[in-house]
Amino acid sequence: MEINKPKEALFSKKNRKLLKDPMNINNPITVQVLGICSALAITVKLKPAIVMSLSVIVVMALANVITSLMRNMIPNRIRIIVQLVVVATLVILVDQVLKAFVYDVSKQLSVFVGLIITNCIIMGRIEAFSLGNTPWKSFLDGIGNGASYGLILIVVSFFRELLGNGTLYDYPVVEKLGLYDLGYHNNGMMLLPPMALIVVALIIWWQRSKTPSLIEKD
Amino acid sequence: MNINSNSYTYIFAIAMVIIVASLLSIAATSLKPFQDKNIELEKKSDILSSIGVIGENPELLFSEYITDQLVIQDGRVVSSDIAAFDIDMAAAVKESNNSRKVPLFKAEKNGNTFYVIPMRGTGLWGPIWGYVSLKGDGNTILGASFDHEKETPGLGAEISTPIFQDQFPDKVLFSQTRDGIEVRKGDAYGLQQVDGISGGTITSVGVQTMLEDCLVPYKEFLLKLADDEIEIPSDSILSVVLN
Repeated sequence: MEINKPKEALFSKKNRKLLKDPMNINNPITVQVLGICSALAITVKLKPAIVMSLSVIVVMALANVITSLMRNMIPNRIRIIVQLVVVATLVILVDQVLKAFVYDVSKQLSVFVGLIITNCIIMGRIEAFSLGNTPWKSFLDGIGNGASYGLILIVVSFFRELLGNGTLYDYPVVEKLGLYDLGYHNNGMMLLPPMALIVVALIIWWQRSKTPSLIEKD
Repeated sequence: MNINSNSYTYIFAIAMVIIVASLLSIAATSLKPFQDKNIELEKKSDILSSIGVIGENPELLFSEYITDQLVIQDGRVVSSDIAAFDIDMAAAVKESNNSRKVPLFKAEKNGNTFYVIPMRGTGLWGPIWGYVSLKGDGNTILGASFDHEKETPGLGAEISTPIFQDQFPDKVLFSQTRDGIEVRKGDAYGLQQVDGISGGTITSVGVQTMLEDCLVPYKEFLLKLADDEIEIPSDSILSVVLN
């Protein structure tokens, strides 16, 4: 039996929390340390990082809504398979659309679009959240988690592109500032994957120093 | 209804698969023309960049600079059911190099004639390919561009960088001693030698093998160009109308 509750506002405090929490105290990358693989691989430049973020947000929001709509129909024993099929279908659609309309970006993202399927954040949110919540809440949760994943990606790629390549979104910032004439050199090491890990680590450090509740007490 | 019963589980799985499959096939078929167009444009701009033409609209530039597209088999211009541009190099290089039909693109730039030859071979982890453009004598290299699918970044993948490719202009393909370009370790001493990539030996050797292998069908044709003997018979020229 369903109990009649007073209807919840679209952006009630609880719902806003769904959007806000992943940004900070429940960030999928810096707190839960999920989705690191793609965070290392496609943060060399801003452009692919932004496209990847948008793709993940779209896939995550839609996957959450679809599984949430089906949550009372999905047989428990095959629920992981159903989740996989939903995510895989969405990813293939995104991949096909990218190939058709932004071909050069899809070439740069290459295998990583396909690997959105295995992005732990997506499967994690479906299993943990959308199978037990209403579509609207799941949608917000998907957007919140996708956007906070994207936020970290964009911050990391901002520093890697600026310091490693001297450009931002392919615009030659350092050259325009005339720093090369003063003897400045790009740090090629920023382009290598380990530096992404170090930038992520610096973000985690900064975040924990700002948010004491994240520090484990031993 | 019990959603955890066996029969419901089967019905659910079957229905899901059918819905998903039809959804995906609709998407794939309806987006195919756009995707094919992108691949075609990429090929055109690759061919153009090997003769040093880089621009925003490869479609327009291609029809402006590429004056002729020929199909070559065993040193001769032949007719073919498939247009030169549409020949799949990946399939072509699987045939023996005397029997394969391969494309040759003739370009005009600032009154000079150039020839562009597509290449395809194997690197360390997967296929490598590229375009070599020749000056009017059919022997001196104007430029070369190479690309790869999954060579190691920083090592084999360096074949797609200017550092490697800029060695090729003004080298020659055919001489008394050898056909092709030798990729050497450290001492690129002559007109037919270039410096390989440190740490990318297998990919470097792959480039050398690719050049040797892919040149075979063109050799006679190109040597005749050098002697200025060849007049391409007009009936065998394939006028290719693209789109």
